[in-house]
Amino acid sequence: MKERRISLAHGAGGKLSHDLVQELFLPYLGSAPLQALDDSAVIPFETGQLAFTTDAYVVKPLFFPGGDIGRLAVCGTVNDLAMVGAQPLGLSCSFILEEGLLIADLERVLASMQTAGQEAGVQVVAGDTKVVEHGAVEGLFITTAGIGQIPPGVAIGSARTVPGDVIIVSGPLGDHEIAVLLARGEFSLQGEVKSDCAPLNKLVATMLAASSTIHCLRDPTRGGMATVLWEIAHASGVGVVVEEEEIPIRGEVRAVCDLLGFDPYYLANEGRLIAFVPEGAARTILQAMQQHPLGKGAKLIGRAVADHPGTVLLHTTLGGHRILEPLSGVQFPRIC
Amino acid sequence: MRKNPGQAEARLAPLLLKEITGFAGLFDQPLRLMEVCGTHTVAIFRSGIQSLLPNAIELLSGPGCPVCVTPTAEIDQAIALARQKNVILATFGDLMRVPGSSSSLQQEWGEGSAIRVILSPLDALQLAAERPDHFVCLFAVGFETTSPTIATAVMEAGSQGLTNFYLLSSQRLIPPAIRALLANGMAQIDGFILPGHVSVIIGEAPYRFIAEEFGIPGVITGFEPLEILEGIYMLLKQKKEGRAAIEIQYRRAVAVEGNERARAIMAEVFAPVDANWRGLGMIPASGLALREAFSYLDAAQHFALPYVEQGDAPGCLCGAVLQGIRRPPECPLFGTQCTPEEPIGACMVSTEGSCAAYYKYGGRP
Repeated sequence: MKERRISLAHGAGGKLSHDLVQELFLPYLGSAPLQALDDSAVIPFETGQLAFTTDAYVVKPLFFPGGDIGRLAVCGTVNDLAMVGAQPLGLSCSFILEEGLLIADLERVLASMQTAGQEAGVQVVAGDTKVVEHGAVEGLFITTAGIGQIPPGVAIGSARTVPGDVIIVSGPLGDHEIAVLLARGEFSLQGEVKSDCAPLNKLVATMLAASSTIHCLRDPTRGGMATVLWEIAHASGVGVVVEEEEIPIRGEVRAVCDLLGFDPYYLANEGRLIAFVPEGAARTILQAMQQHPLGKGAKLIGRAVADHPGTVLLHTTLGGHRILEPLSGVQFPRIC
Repeated sequence: MRKNPGQAEARLAPLLLKEITGFAGLFDQPLRLMEVCGTHTVAIFRSGIQSLLPNAIELLSGPGCPVCVTPTAEIDQAIALARQKNVILATFGDLMRVPGSSSSLQQEWGEGSAIRVILSPLDALQLAAERPDHFVCLFAVGFETTSPTIATAVMEAGSQGLTNFYLLSSQRLIPPAIRALLANGMAQIDGFILPGHVSVIIGEAPYRFIAEEFGIPGVITGFEPLEILEGIYMLLKQKKEGRAAIEIQYRRAVAVEGNERARAIMAEVFAPVDANWRGLGMIPASGLALREAFSYLDAAQHFALPYVEQGDAPGCLCGAVLQGIRRPPECPLFGTQCTPEEPIGACMVSTEGSCAAYYKYGGRP
């Protein structure tokens, strides 16, 4: 038997990432809040509930159209809190800096974090910095943790979805991953696509103000919409049906996918959310979202059903159907 | 490129499907149509065409997935090349995970070999210009679609005076593979959905033997869902009329005579050679090797890479799958020992491989 090693695919957010968490992390570190595998842990608290989360950020290049590693680090953690309905109280940041990193680049990253923090209405309240020798990291890595407060009466989680729930997506999918891919310049492709990277807590507050009945919220980061839907279907024991025709994807994103052989439903997003809400509240929530700048492109894309629990079915534009599996491995561009 | 998918598809698909279902009802036996090209396989699954066709039509995936047909021995050569000092191996992305006999390019990359994923062969050339202190070796895998660009890269390397650019040629030609498939008579095929991109280069003539010698119709088909449905419709129409001819559905891109200029560049740089295909074995004049005038760029020669033939993994049915003799779920390894996370056969590796398509898009056991 070959010795197993960590491969890049373990970090791609798909099936292997899922298995790694299930088989290695949870046996050792699986506290009750961690076992829920939501984007933030929910901790009972004297007067209400706290949300707590952490995330590490590595991205190449450090700067890309629509964002940078700093903006990503703030938004990612704010969004993880927002996905259990929490508003952020404070963030911590740890920086691992590569010897030789331009201070000016670091400053640009910090300024961008400040802006993102202002957009979200949250501050960095604790931090740490380490420097490692040249080559040990690429530029800089950031780890953030965030703590947030969940308003009373809000109960959001992957396992709370029930058959009949309507699925809303907050805007076009795939912009972030394609923007980063194009910014790498490896494929001599150029484009105008900007990352969607944005803090979603205010959009979520708007949604909760419209109706506090939201069952489940997820931001489709690595692994994309398909993987998130699969995870929700599994966690809740429901079937999921989505309509290809309703899923918003920009023409430029679709074009790059066609060229590289990528499936847009597996692309990462950093400023989009997917919501499962009761049918009765769907219109109200959708309209509230469309009034918010980050939810202008919100659309109803499908529903949860009692049939085929654990399976995500895509109704294709052509009128056929196919199953959406979680991302397996890493998407590599094809030959022709 | 789909600008506005949806409207036209939703309107026209039911009409085509109605015709197809009507035709299919005229035959006593199910019709077996082979889509030769992996891009078709993926498009068929992604658009849900499989789920829409009547049971009387069976679609088979063919040998048109370049990654899938590259034999283990040639993957091993690429790995040996990547391990050489001062070599940067430039490769197409979907070759990274193909298992060689003891490693893969992805594993080598993880262990520190210099491997770069490229989209176009010309990217490798640029890399060579930027890194004069390294040998940049292009792992040239692909069919007639990619060969003209590879040939252009070779010519360019000469005219730019680059002395650090090498080629490991694993290119393959489609028509000889179809002939081999038909000649061995194992697969029952009633019609061919012929590859659009390859045909842009080679045109219609190289396929005529399919109709003339074997009496089987073929339609050169585009990759949009509606185009595929129209291709199937055109095949069934020929069957109904008792005809066998090579027709072109993909007229917006394919000329009957193909692209003569692209073929001329290919012919100047490469000569056809007998080549080994995974699953299909040795096929005469089905590969491309550098001509004498360019042989100084041959990486296999320059780095003295051994060619050690390897059998398929025990139990792996890739060979039969590539010939349309077996379907992926019939393989005992499918979905159990062989998954996209830990593939055993190449058909599970490439996004265009039929096993990966079956696994990903709903054909699990």
